[in-house]
Order: sequence, then structure tokens, then C-alpha cells
Amino acid sequence: MSTIILPKDRATFHLTEEPHHPEGHSTMLGFWIYLMSDCLMFAVLFAVFAVLGNNFAAGPGPKDLFDLELVALNTAMLLFSSITYGFAMLAMVKNNSRQVLIWLGITGLFGLAFLAIELYEFHHLIHIGATPQRSAFLSAFFTLVGTHGLHVTFGLIWLVTLMVQVSKRGLTAANQRRLGCLSLFWHFLDVIWIGVFTFVYLLGMI
Amino acid sequence: MASHSHHDDHSHGSMKSYVTGFVLSVILTAIPFYLVMTGGLESKGWTAAVVIGMAVVQILVHMIFFLHMTTSAEEGWTMTALIFTIIVVVIMLAGSIWVMYHMNTNMMPGHDMDLMSVPQ
Repeated sequence: MSTIILPKDRATFHLTEEPHHPEGHSTMLGFWIYLMSDCLMFAVLFAVFAVLGNNFAAGPGPKDLFDLELVALNTAMLLFSSITYGFAMLAMVKNNSRQVLIWLGITGLFGLAFLAIELYEFHHLIHIGATPQRSAFLSAFFTLVGTHGLHVTFGLIWLVTLMVQVSKRGLTAANQRRLGCLSLFWHFLDVIWIGVFTFVYLLGMI
Repeated sequence: MASHSHHDDHSHGSMKSYVTGFVLSVILTAIPFYLVMTGGLESKGWTAAVVIGMAVVQILVHMIFFLHMTTSAEEGWTMTALIFTIIVVVIMLAGSIWVMYHMNTNMMPGHDMDLMSVPQ
């Protein structure tokens, strides 16, 4: 048995007590890391589309199916919703909860318009027989674009939830943090959409 | 920009940054759509290159003006996570496309028929 004797005047190089962190101080970084993992998931779906996108199984290809004017309209809806969400964040900084609610409402309407146009497109494709079962290209297309659409759907549910929260409790610290997270999520979805309209629609139509 | 964000170090941007990002995004979306809808450049390869280039620039514009990415946010950890993700995405995308392209070309019916006719 030996006893380790530590010199008493030795300086400690670690914090003897965890510094106090305000609640939620690491939420933003954590949410960013979630977004990065979501980004990996989308990257895999893009890779699937890149590999299978030319396997038409003698079925219809992008030029037979896609309507670029509709896609341009959809892109505009998502871009408008991005900037109106930005305006909501600016209103939040000014602590104006009424303006936050108005801008969030407008963002929600643009998001809803995006979803409606996408559902119309899917309905049209399925109606003319271009279903996910038709070819590997269509399976990959519906999986990639559908996953993005599902994200927008959940973003909208989150948006409505936050509108209720803000209208009931006001712009508390917790609500500001939540609005910040949804801001990252919403702008992130717009970034993914840039990839979708470029690689799926535009490159398919060249 | 740090004056209003006393509760955290996360920047929420300014009116100017959102409007700048929006105008740049509209331009960077309109050009590739216009190119493809009007038939594109004389070579398809160049049209594709311009469309992809615009997309990459627009992603950067969104990162800077909408997501307010900086190297100093969260002591650099958001940027570290982003760079790690980009590395993984590039390896995964390039690897998948490369492997599957070669598999498809090497497994073409008829290709190994030639090999069989080679005298032993």
C-alpha cells in the first residue's frame, strides 16, 4: 500500500466546479448537429437518385413528366417563406410579438402553398401512371422529393405550435430559442430544395 | 450585431442581410431556370455546369445571409460540424456514383461475352 501525497500548493488546472450554464445555452449547437445528420440523410437520397435516376424501365423520363413552370413557382414559394421567416426573427429581436405572429402566419401560408403545389404535382404524376412502382427513377424521385415535402409538413406543424406558444406566453427566452431553432430548420429546408430543383428538375430537363 | 443578442451569442441577422440574401437568391434561381426553359447553351455540358455552379453559389448565399454561418459562432463548433458533414457527403456521393457507374459499365451484357471468346 502506498499513499500518494499531493503537494498542497499545487495549482489545479481543471475547474473544480462545473460553471453554471444558463438553460438551453447548448440547444442551438445541438440542433445544428441534428441538421447536419439530416443533411447526411438527404445526401444518401441524392446519391440514390444519382445512381438510379437514369433507370426508366422503358417508362416516362423527366422530360415527359416535369413542368418547370410549376417547379419555378414552387421554388418562389419556398424562397418567399424563407425571407418572411427572416422578418419574423427581426420582429422577435425588436420584441414585437404581434409582428412575429403576422410574419409567422405569412410564412406558414407560403409553406402551405408549396405543399399544395407539390401534392398537386404528385397527384398528377400518379394519375398518369408515373407511380413510384413504375421505375427505379420514379422510386428515387418520390423518395427524395417526398422526404423533403415531409420535412416541410413537420416544419409547418412546428410553426403553428410556436404561433400558439407565442400568442399565449409571449416572447419568453424559451420561445425565442424555439423560434431560433425553427429558423435554422426552415432555412435548411430551402437549402435542400436548391439541390432538389437543380439535380432532379433542371438537370433532368437539359 | 452583438448589441441585441445579450441572451446568447447567436446572430439573428439584419434587414439588410436578409434582403441581400433574398435578391441574390432570386437572381441565382432565375438564371438557371431561364437557361433550361429556353433551351440552354449550345453545349449541354456547359448548361449543366452553369446550373450546378449557380446552385453551389446559392447554397453559400443561404448559408451566409439566412443561416448566418460564421467561423466564430459557438466557438467554431458549428463550422467544424459543417466541414465534417461536407467531407462525409463528398466521399459518400463521389464514391457511390463512381462505384455504381463502373459496376454498370463492367456488368453490361455482352461485355463478358468478349472475354469468353478470348483464346485461353
